[in-house]
Amino acid sequence: MNGTSASAQPASFQSSQLPASASDAAADAAPVVAFRKVSIAFDGPPVLENISFSLAPAETRILLGPAGVGKSVLLKLTNGLLRPDQGSILLFGEEISHMPETDLFPLRARTGMVFQEGALFDSLTVRDNVAYQLIGERVPDDQIDRRVRKVLGFVGLEETFSLYPSSLSGGMKRRVAIARAFIRTPELLLYDSPTGGLDPVTSTTIIELVMKERDVYRTPSLLVTHRLQDAFTLCSHRFDSERNRMVPLPEGETDPNTTFLMLEGGRLIFDGSLHELLHSENPFVREFLE
Amino acid sequence: MPIDTIENTAKQLVLTVQDYSLFAARAFTNLFTEPRYLPDFLIQSDVIGFGSLSIVVLSGLSTGGVLALQSAATLSAFGATAVTGQFVSLTMIRELGPVLTGVMVSGRNASSMASELGSMVVTEQIDAMRALGVDPMRKLVTPRIFASISMLFFLTIVADACGIAGGGLVTVFMNHQNGTQYLDKAWECLRYPDVIQGLVKPLFFGYILGSIGCFYGMRTTGGTQGVGRSTIQAVVWASVLIIFVDFLLTQVLLTLFPPL
Repeated sequence: MNGTSASAQPASFQSSQLPASASDAAADAAPVVAFRKVSIAFDGPPVLENISFSLAPAETRILLGPAGVGKSVLLKLTNGLLRPDQGSILLFGEEISHMPETDLFPLRARTGMVFQEGALFDSLTVRDNVAYQLIGERVPDDQIDRRVRKVLGFVGLEETFSLYPSSLSGGMKRRVAIARAFIRTPELLLYDSPTGGLDPVTSTTIIELVMKERDVYRTPSLLVTHRLQDAFTLCSHRFDSERNRMVPLPEGETDPNTTFLMLEGGRLIFDGSLHELLHSENPFVREFLE
Repeated sequence: MPIDTIENTAKQLVLTVQDYSLFAARAFTNLFTEPRYLPDFLIQSDVIGFGSLSIVVLSGLSTGGVLALQSAATLSAFGATAVTGQFVSLTMIRELGPVLTGVMVSGRNASSMASELGSMVVTEQIDAMRALGVDPMRKLVTPRIFASISMLFFLTIVADACGIAGGGLVTVFMNHQNGTQYLDKAWECLRYPDVIQGLVKPLFFGYILGSIGCFYGMRTTGGTQGVGRSTIQAVVWASVLIIFVDFLLTQVLLTLFPPL
């Protein structure tokens, strides 16, 4: 595994944005997620083997790797949708690898997850999909409507309030799924290939939303993708709240709180910054980048 | 190797029975702890109860009619056509009403539950529900099982009534016998143990069809093909188990309430 220290960065890629004290505080704080030597298999060879990494508060980690390498499995392990065969997983400081399902529900409720295909409930309207947790908590209807409209406004889909998922395009479904994940202002966001199978314009819209959540609310997140372009955009841009769109960082600067993980053959072969990724000597990383 | 195949099949069977037992027990015990989803129970009761009414009425009428036709032919040989009402009423209430309703409703609803939940599994909607902090067992499974139990109870009463009515129609209009005598015999022969037998069975059958439908739906794998497979397994196993459990229940109930 490549080192995580950001030593001797060339001038072309300097981490910027946060003041040093904020960055240090994030690094020192207890991790939101921590994997320790986690392995899992499904009736065959291990899908993930000996995986260790952590996610600090306000940090965004981009999980790269080819299709079928176990990225989605890793994401589902993070909030206890799957249980590891070995190792331990800490979520919000609590060990969840052997936690009973009933104890996991409150922790999951603090987490937002965007599934690969959206996973919207097709028998419910967009309003009811987005407000699913709020309806369960018996929040008054007028309050639900107000919060749903606000979060749909955040993803630019106010007009879909009363529609059913079947009448939405793939990109719109993904944005509704993001709205559903955002509505309770989660303490952790998990994105499972949010741009997979989408056209470049829609992908950019989705990445802009992820960036908006990262830069406006500073929610820690774990994002799975196999699209390098999306990953690099997240690193090289920031969200400008005044102009309400993403803007490129100054030449040579990257977001210091956006780092990378790479999986290959069920093993974590890279853990580090964009600079370290681009200068990695690992043959698989080089091949993946090229 | 054939021995390995037998061993693996046996292990799989035992594992499935174990999984089903845990699943059914958890769905049942969920009823006694919060949160409970009453609106979902009511929606499912409407889907299962009102939705199955037409098939239960039609099958009840036809079965009662067939019983009257067949019994009249046999009973006339002994000059006992007057007891057609007794024959139809006892057969419907003790056996055919519960079993037929159970099998008919499982054909309609166990398949629907398995395919609906199976589709939700393969499209990650179940995982999404869990990720949102909602227990799918409580939200989806428990309301379906208890709606099946409560609705099958009432549907069985409807099937019994329709069966007796169907038998009466055949007796009067096709066998040209006295309708009053038919109804009088049908009522007169009934004892409380008969009625209890007929009303206890649908409680078990409802539990079987609801739990089997949900069980196969929730363990669906393999995409749309897997949904089809789960649906078939749910209907087959629910029907077979209903008939098998009917045999066991009849034994127990006859021991508890011996015939006069």
